[in-house]
Amino acid sequence: MLLSLFSVFFRIGLFTFGGGYAMIAQIREEIVEKRKWLTEGELTEIIAIAESTPGPLAINLATYVGYKHGKVRGSLAATVGVVIPSLVILYLISLFLDSFMENRYVAYAFTGIKCAVAFLILKAGLDMLPTLERRPVPLILFFTVFLLMILFELFSVTFSSLLFILGGGLIGMLLCAVGRRGEGRK
Amino acid sequence: MTCLILFYEFFKVGLFSFGGGAGMIPLIEEMVTKYSWLSEEEFYNLIGICESTPGPIAVNMATYVGSTQAGAAGSLLATLGVVLPSFLIILLVASVMKSLTENRWFRGFMRGVSPVILGLIFSTGAILMLKSLGYVSLREFRPDITSLTILLLLAGFFFLLPKLTGKKVGAVPLILFSAAAGIGVSVLYEALGILS
Repeated sequence: MLLSLFSVFFRIGLFTFGGGYAMIAQIREEIVEKRKWLTEGELTEIIAIAESTPGPLAINLATYVGYKHGKVRGSLAATVGVVIPSLVILYLISLFLDSFMENRYVAYAFTGIKCAVAFLILKAGLDMLPTLERRPVPLILFFTVFLLMILFELFSVTFSSLLFILGGGLIGMLLCAVGRRGEGRK
Repeated sequence: MTCLILFYEFFKVGLFSFGGGAGMIPLIEEMVTKYSWLSEEEFYNLIGICESTPGPIAVNMATYVGSTQAGAAGSLLATLGVVLPSFLIILLVASVMKSLTENRWFRGFMRGVSPVILGLIFSTGAILMLKSLGYVSLREFRPDITSLTILLLLAGFFFLLPKLTGKKVGAVPLILFSAAAGIGVSVLYEALGILS
């Protein structure tokens, strides 16, 4: 069991490109259709959990599926399996990249890739846009963070976006507290 | 020492990155600039590499940054750092705290975090787009015709191809196309004498 957890997640780590959501289709095929380790409903539930917990989606999924089928040892086997391909491939690339980048054509290729990255980041944002709550506080948070980050960049202010994340979370919890009191009054 | 910093910094990234790969890019960018581990240019090259190699983007980035700063040990520790928070939290959720995601305080926290993450993703994308087009500082804008051409080609590729074939364009084909466009446009403009 441990070995098959390891090998299935190793394959997922090796053959899924583009991170996060691109991986879900493949994970579904391996885990739900072929192996029947999870039902369709369980997978949806795990994705919901993975979305509201920090960290890479693939790691969250591997840990969860591993735990369900082999407790702590299973989760270790699955997580190590999904990480190893990245670890080996990027380690090898890191050894050669500098000399590789000195090549003129490689540098040209990266001028293009940089544009694609800007494109992909904006597209990830657009894909997530429907999840933005159309209510005053979330909308204000979204636009404030967006504008402030751009202003900070223009005026070269150093700021840690961690503070934004924690601040957003606190405001969310505060609203929750206010909402509760409001309900009490009624 | 570097290894410990790598572990600690990537642990923080793992703990505070919500919303998948794009959400953690601003966090990693702040980290690598703070320690001068990578130049801005190198960082954006690295995102391109991590998007076009298999596996989770955060793990790819951790391995690369770790390896360039402290060799094999560095890459292992940075990766361990970025993976550990997810691993521990999911173990907790799976074993004892099944109701975490139903807890109202936790839900409140997440409702505040999600719009912030989305704001960070859009600002990161917009800034990078401005920079590729030639933004240097408030007083300096050097229009980059090569990048502008490539962006137009990319937009064409991205929006027209699905209409012709009925299939969505994935990240890998887009990056491969952009690399080819980068070489093609640069060589062409060089031959025409537009690029010095």
